[in-house]
Amino acid sequence: MKETIGFNLNGKSVSLEVDPSRPLLWVLRYDLGLTGTKYGCGEGLCGACTVLVGRRAVRSCTLEMKDVAGKRVTTIEGLAKNGELHPVQKAFVEQDALQCGYCTPGMIMNAYSLLLNTPRPSPRQIIESMDGNLCRCGAHKRIVQAIEAAAKEAVKNPQL
Amino acid sequence: MKTENGTPQTIYEEYLAQDFSDRERTSPALPLDRRQFLKLVGGGIVVFMTLRDAQAMQQEGGPAGRPQLPQDFNAFLRIGEDGRVTGFTGKIEMGQGIMTSLSQMLADELAVPLEAVDMVMGDTDLCPWDMGTFGSMTTRGFGPAFRAAAAEAKAVLLELAAESLQVPKERLKAREGVVYADAGQRKVTYAELANGKQILRHVKGAPVETPSEFTIIGKPTLRKDSVAKVTGRAQFAGDRNEPGMLCARILRPPVHGAKLISADTAGARAVEGVQVVQEGDLIAVLHKYPDVAQDALTKIKAQYDRPAPVADDKTIFDHLLQVAPQGETVAEGGNLAEGQKAARFVVEEKYLNSYVSHAPIEPHTAVAKIEGDKATVWASTQTPFALKQAAASLLGFPPQNVRVITPFVGGGFGGKSNIQQALEAVRLAKLAGKPIKVGWTRAEEFFYDTFRPAAVVKIKAGASDSGLISFWDYGVYFAGERGAAQFYNIPHHRTMSYGSGWGAPHGAHPFATGPWRAPGNNTNTFARESHVDMLAVQAGMDPVEFRLKNLQDPKMRRVLQAVAEKFGWSSAKAPSGRGYGVACGMDAGACVAHMAEVEVDKNTGSVRVKRVACAQDMGLCVNPEGARLQMEGAITMGLGYALTEEVRFTGGEIHDANFDTYTIPHFSWLPEIETVIMDARDSPAQGGGEPAIICMGAVIANAVFDATGARLLQLPMTPERIKAALPRG
Repeated sequence: MKETIGFNLNGKSVSLEVDPSRPLLWVLRYDLGLTGTKYGCGEGLCGACTVLVGRRAVRSCTLEMKDVAGKRVTTIEGLAKNGELHPVQKAFVEQDALQCGYCTPGMIMNAYSLLLNTPRPSPRQIIESMDGNLCRCGAHKRIVQAIEAAAKEAVKNPQL
Repeated sequence: MKTENGTPQTIYEEYLAQDFSDRERTSPALPLDRRQFLKLVGGGIVVFMTLRDAQAMQQEGGPAGRPQLPQDFNAFLRIGEDGRVTGFTGKIEMGQGIMTSLSQMLADELAVPLEAVDMVMGDTDLCPWDMGTFGSMTTRGFGPAFRAAAAEAKAVLLELAAESLQVPKERLKAREGVVYADAGQRKVTYAELANGKQILRHVKGAPVETPSEFTIIGKPTLRKDSVAKVTGRAQFAGDRNEPGMLCARILRPPVHGAKLISADTAGARAVEGVQVVQEGDLIAVLHKYPDVAQDALTKIKAQYDRPAPVADDKTIFDHLLQVAPQGETVAEGGNLAEGQKAARFVVEEKYLNSYVSHAPIEPHTAVAKIEGDKATVWASTQTPFALKQAAASLLGFPPQNVRVITPFVGGGFGGKSNIQQALEAVRLAKLAGKPIKVGWTRAEEFFYDTFRPAAVVKIKAGASDSGLISFWDYGVYFAGERGAAQFYNIPHHRTMSYGSGWGAPHGAHPFATGPWRAPGNNTNTFARESHVDMLAVQAGMDPVEFRLKNLQDPKMRRVLQAVAEKFGWSSAKAPSGRGYGVACGMDAGACVAHMAEVEVDKNTGSVRVKRVACAQDMGLCVNPEGARLQMEGAITMGLGYALTEEVRFTGGEIHDANFDTYTIPHFSWLPEIETVIMDARDSPAQGGGEPAIICMGAVIANAVFDATGARLLQLPMTPERIKAALPRG
């Protein structure tokens, strides 16, 4: 029941023999060795496993491999370019927008998707788009600040 | 802090005096010997400390018999031959920011740039023995010893430099990892001094810096671990993969206390690549992918004998009062009968707190590898040394043959003092003969969490005509005594504690309970500060004025006044309709005061917390930026236990298995948060990771009363409970 599934992962083509019903999260973490994407709840309720498919933020713990075929997937490992942090990552560092750091990759990917689709989000849009990503340490205030800072940077720097 | 009060002697006394009596006792495991250690870390200058050193430095009359410090060789830091400084600590980084603050301490004492410091944390082969990372103990307990080791290392460097430059020590000055002589004319770097050397040095008591000498301590500093954490490079226990490793999913009972009658594992065995292992009641499905193991696990058909439920989330409070053991006196003074006579009015109430989950986003995870007579365990744990000991005894290995490595921990809050998952991995690694990863699912995390205990507080208190509290009769059931003793100026008072949160009488709780961020204090502060507010109402006084009238503690008065100024409090009797609340508390040696503004929808009973201000006196604050993060985090996390968080259960059956029914704070709840850190750099450092959470129940309850006249006596303050408490008409 395995199938060959090909997709674009962080700018590179990959192809693997895999059961098409397996969740992307575990294929990323085990078959492909990318451990930046985290397991938090397994049911799409916490956002720790957020990755981008195209420009859309999705929960990789509930996304089956067959739905990834032929798509463009970006994980936290694919965000920094040539050793340069992406403006969203940089803003998280500069605003101290994390504590334990476990939810951070999901937070950043969700915020990245928001800014791709809504370059100048209102405070309300930031809160609404982040509301499904859970942080237990309570870094919310700083995360909102970081997204606001990254959005400002993005307007100046169209790299986003 | 050089020679007078604050010398290493009193600091060590404090370190040794910390009361962990309600924690499980573990004896220090035998550490590596010096030769093995140097083989692992290389040469250079190594400063270490032994129990004998610590005892010799301890003042007479100090507490004895608490082996808090290592008994044999244990290095605190090393200056490498490249001039870089490595600090070793048995503490772990779970978000609280100590990788950064401990680095600041080393960098400041050693006069090196912060970037030249690396930290090795929670590795039992390399780091000095440690009880565990809890109780806001790192900065106030371990910090002074760490700084003393750094001061010692600097003394060694200055001695070496004096020799090398042929200049008396007194004429040398160290800056940015370089020792200068003759007004900077001649110099030698730490790297040059350490090169080719292997110097081992005991802490003898070289003086640590005074606050006026600080250059890095006290300076707001961004986290050192954030680049690793924003790129996905930061390693957590689950990110560890060993060659040949299998992921385990373990068959779990449906309810706590259930007995396995039979299990048919044929369905699981039929799945390609799956291995099923069994030893007694432990049945696990192993596969190289956790999701495949999970699917196979669902194919096991198991039957259990379920015990009859004793209590549920509604009846638990009556049950706890029924099974409560004899009380212990926490604090006492004056004569209650006399105090009651002096009272113009008396308020008597009972406060209830539900079980609350730790719910870190990283579930308990561990990897265990056994090679011959040696084992290595990578675990998300707050207690690596306790785990080392427990794993050794489980395997029948001498403790020195077990190494626990603690990568970054994805949140703990007290819950990761529970090492069950790591011991499961060890047991399965032995059974399977292969490295094993156990990563709990969210449902397992909710099932095996050591919940904050449900608790009851009963208070009877009264005040005189002039608004002075005349007596205070307080009893706390099953939360424990932390934060129970009141700090107001009350002539006649008694505080009793009945049964602590963990180590409760058998059968008191239907499942495990344990320490939850500022254990006991959230419950005690909710009850005390709600009750003080009710006394203020009866006295016809503004709640801040009433508190100040009854408060003599200068530190607490200062934080209360500071938060009032930040918040913009103006005097009014509650309920004023403004939705303002206040609460004060003490935890881990720190004083905190909170104010909040809320909006209550009387139709739905829902609360919107609009803003929270908090002032904290934590003594010397090593990293004000990190301390603010902790305060903001504590305030945000505290919204959960105040408003929504409670574990629903019937006997040993936990009805909450994921975040859909167990609701923790979301972005949309985020209030405006303002923090004030009192300038107290001349006082010893106190706790900073926990204090700012303790007032969150009371400050919101008091604000809800101020908004509506509804007095909430039970946490969490759900919309249903608020609606039920609203005054009629």
